[in-house]
Amino acid sequence: MSSPEEWTHPGPGAPPATGAAPTAEQVIAGLRATDEGGADLVQLLTPEGERVQHPDFDIDVTAEELRGLYRDMVLVRRVDREANALQRKGQLGIWVPLLGQEAAQIGSGRALRPTDMAFPSYREHGVAWCRGIKPTDLLGIFRGTDHGTWDPVEHRFHPYTIVIGNQVLNAAGYAMGQKFDGAVGDADGEATICYFGDGATSQGDVHEGFVWAAVYDAPLVFFCQNNQWAISEPTERQSRLPLYQRARGYGFPGIRVDGNDVLATLAVTRWALEECRQGNGPVLIEAFTYRMDAHTTSDDPSRYRLSDELELWKLKDPIERVKVHLVKQQWADQGFFDSIEEEAERVAVELRDYCVNLPDPPAGRIFSEVYAEGNPVLEAQRDEFLAYHAGFAGGDH
Amino acid sequence: MAAPTMDRTAAGAPAAVQTLTIAKALNNGLRAAMEADPKVVVMGEDVGKLGGVFRITDGLQKDFGEQRVLDTPLAESGIIGTAVGLAIRGYRPVCEIQFDGFVFPGFDQIVSQVAKLHYRTQGRIKLPMVIRIPFGGGIGAVEHHSESPESYFAHTAGLKVVACSNPADAYWMIQQAIDCDDPVLFFEPKRRYYEKGQVDTTAAPGPLFGSRVLRTGTDVTLVTYGPMVRTSLDAAAAAEEEGRSLEVVDLRSLSPLDLAPVYESVRRTGRLVVVTEAPGESSISSEIAAKVQQECFYSLQAPVLRVTGFDTPYPPSKLEEEFLPDLDRVLHAVDRSLAW
Ligand SMILES: Cc1ncc(C[n+]2csc(CCOP(=O)(O)OP(=O)(O)O)c2C)c(N)n1
Repeated sequence: MSSPEEWTHPGPGAPPATGAAPTAEQVIAGLRATDEGGADLVQLLTPEGERVQHPDFDIDVTAEELRGLYRDMVLVRRVDREANALQRKGQLGIWVPLLGQEAAQIGSGRALRPTDMAFPSYREHGVAWCRGIKPTDLLGIFRGTDHGTWDPVEHRFHPYTIVIGNQVLNAAGYAMGQKFDGAVGDADGEATICYFGDGATSQGDVHEGFVWAAVYDAPLVFFCQNNQWAISEPTERQSRLPLYQRARGYGFPGIRVDGNDVLATLAVTRWALEECRQGNGPVLIEAFTYRMDAHTTSDDPSRYRLSDELELWKLKDPIERVKVHLVKQQWADQGFFDSIEEEAERVAVELRDYCVNLPDPPAGRIFSEVYAEGNPVLEAQRDEFLAYHAGFAGGDH
Repeated sequence: MAAPTMDRTAAGAPAAVQTLTIAKALNNGLRAAMEADPKVVVMGEDVGKLGGVFRITDGLQKDFGEQRVLDTPLAESGIIGTAVGLAIRGYRPVCEIQFDGFVFPGFDQIVSQVAKLHYRTQGRIKLPMVIRIPFGGGIGAVEHHSESPESYFAHTAGLKVVACSNPADAYWMIQQAIDCDDPVLFFEPKRRYYEKGQVDTTAAPGPLFGSRVLRTGTDVTLVTYGPMVRTSLDAAAAAEEEGRSLEVVDLRSLSPLDLAPVYESVRRTGRLVVVTEAPGESSISSEIAAKVQQECFYSLQAPVLRVTGFDTPYPPSKLEEEFLPDLDRVLHAVDRSLAW
């Protein structure tokens, strides 16, 4: 990827570019750059499973750590595929697949410490896993039995946010609180990470989140998973500039990492969180990745996506490259891979059983916890409703 | 409802009763809340050095520092969205929206996150935050500076909405709103900011979410809130000279609505006139009319009448006197009610 100085692109309606100024097509080509993600892409493990060095972000991982990351990714993918299948069988109203984004999520999620706070969008099932949330806890939202059942305070993992971009401001405020509390400034400091997509970067809230985090030096890692598509809208419909380069305009570092490389994602996120802990303010990470399934189970990517693109990205599968590397290094044998598969199967069975047996909430749930301090008008409405309800034979309609 | 802790007095104010403007009463109330709880932070555009465009936060930054009185970047979604995060972190943010017409860039955060996080998390996340909005017209301002958007928020479950109308309420209600564990939209009648009244800083007030009968009467009930309280009281005084006795109820809380005193009043007077500045269509005044006819049908001797702003955008300021309900329009409605 060329340096930011070269991105001084003439505005719309300007005469055709000449000389060094790139044309609109070149800008877009650079932006998508699906082959490599551009020269600035941080990568530590190639799609072929080769370990490569990076001058700024190299990390040491033990065989055990890498096996752990592999296990995380396999289990999370299995959860995702199972939930997808459950939707197809009518057991879930909708599912939001993460297929292809396992490395981005596990790499960043495993970089977090228990004291850090995470604000997800709605696709961060892998990060939820890293925060100790049971996969079954994700189902209520998608089966329609609840709006989320994990405890966001205990797990330091905010509820899923459906309105695109809202959580970025909420995260900025939380991170400001960490700063005000004096919880940053040394190696024991706290940090916040916030997840959003490439499409979200067009939202005002994300822009405002960048502004707030910058001017208050909030310990906030903006983690953008650029999975190339916002439903059917490609990244170039959101930006003329590679997303990580936007950080420059706000005055903090922006880094593009190979989001299909769990090691690189781990290394870059660790570094970014460390910057935050030390009090050096926000960092934007663009995890360059690809959603290998539909946007949601309601989407039809065959209407807008070329199959070539999918085939290309399959070659960069985040799990396969770790497997190859483990084998090459002789860090794992067939017994290990088999045991992970068995564990994945158990997790899937548990998820399935839990899902089909998940009871509908009692009718009174409609009214519960709307207010912290109650509301007599609403309470009267609830009482009337419950009395009406109780009037039916069986009382449980 | 948890009883608010009310063991505070305004800083440097040993005298129990003071004569204050609404603006100063709010300022003292904010100060008292900030002194009582170090987690209270005030945030908004220009609230620090300037003291806010109406000077409601005057002097607070000087005394509490830049971390407790935050001059924020200029973006309402940002102010409210970051306040959500601060509240999750354990703070009690008080956001100032400069003018009513500028709350809309923050509307998404208010209705999507502020209102719903407690419900979505089954009560695990509380958002004890206050959003202060100077509202209403009558100050000769340009467009977007004179609106009455309260019904939008009263329509949204999960929010509480209140409006003060006099200095004593301003002083106490802002502290009660800050004490409340629910998010509160706090509407301040900007054209009344500089009207004076007595504030007793020791006599604890009634509940935040309760309406109050300000004047008793026997012929017609007027129910109102915010800037129209003064107009309604003036109308009641004028009516008295004509031998008519009007009862005036200040709602104070718009969500939840405490209509019990209104029902009781209407059962005695048999007549109700609702007075608001906000346009009447699909509004708080509609809600009151609907509920009163439902509860007091056999007591009513005339249909519920409403005196409201018109169902138009707020007009240019040279026309606002025509738009805003005044004493004559209120009295005219009283005449119509009595003529039934
Ligand atoms: C404010 C808002 N507008 C529209 C939508 C509907 N919507 C849901 S996801 C989505 C695309 C989001 O794309 P991106 O931010 O790139 O995230 P991704 O789902 O690809 O991870 C849209 C338009 C929404 N949820 N919120």
